[in-house]
Amino acid sequence: MFRKNWLDEMFERMERMQREIERAFSPLRPLGEWGVFPPINIYDDGESYIARAELPGVDPNHIEITVAGNSLTISGRRELEKLPEGAAWHRRERQGGEFRRAFTLPDAVDSSKVVASSKNGVLEIVLPRAEQAKMKKIPVKSA
Amino acid sequence: MSDKEKKELEVSRKKQIDQSAGEPTRQGVYFVPDVDILESDEAITLYADLPGVKPENLDVDVREGVLTLTATIEPPAEKQKLIHREYDLGGYQRSFTLGERIDVERINASFKNGVLTLTLPKQERHKPRKIKISS
Repeated sequence: MFRKNWLDEMFERMERMQREIERAFSPLRPLGEWGVFPPINIYDDGESYIARAELPGVDPNHIEITVAGNSLTISGRRELEKLPEGAAWHRRERQGGEFRRAFTLPDAVDSSKVVASSKNGVLEIVLPRAEQAKMKKIPVKSA
Repeated sequence: MSDKEKKELEVSRKKQIDQSAGEPTRQGVYFVPDVDILESDEAITLYADLPGVKPENLDVDVREGVLTLTATIEPPAEKQKLIHREYDLGGYQRSFTLGERIDVERINASFKNGVLTLTLPKQERHKPRKIKISS
């Protein structure tokens, strides 16, 4: 049997701590508390922001996405399976209900070019940066 | 719609499998998926949340009365820099002991929107039977 040595455990603990710090100082402050549904990760590939949300069991038709300037809102409803007549629950760990998340992105995005797709219970929203947000470097002419 | 159904959705952080507690079986991070299980006279039905899993990377195994779900996920593209993290990426693994005798041949699995639905029909002789008393 393999037993993790203390060094591995220490590294794991350090990584966990780093994650907590990352969360506390994230440039994207979600409105609301941690631990709300759905959990969302946001990536940056240089051109666009890519937001991914874990939404298992949510019908893509029941998801509403709103983008304006640099704000992103995701809302919807998660319907769980109904209990058939004569059956009984043994375990209930999943939760259903309404959800709403709002984010402020670091830069404005071009709302006309935002594309959303849903695959295997993960919602992906690609938000290209707005043209004016891309033009950040202004060369200074010498007289 | 009842009040109960209307309540705000809250989700607990994914539960990571602590591999230091036992024998590590595979590499990488694994989580315990949330499940709902219901039982009727005919079958046991299990729903498991497995977001991000492709159907071909999902494995359902039943042997010696133990049902095991194992799923792996693929990492996102390299050039995407993570700027905000609320969930960790990893596979899923969970085992269940089946109290009832299951007709393994008739197990049915389907996967939709990241949710696995498993129907485990009970063996005929274990179904409750009403016995009529003749007068």
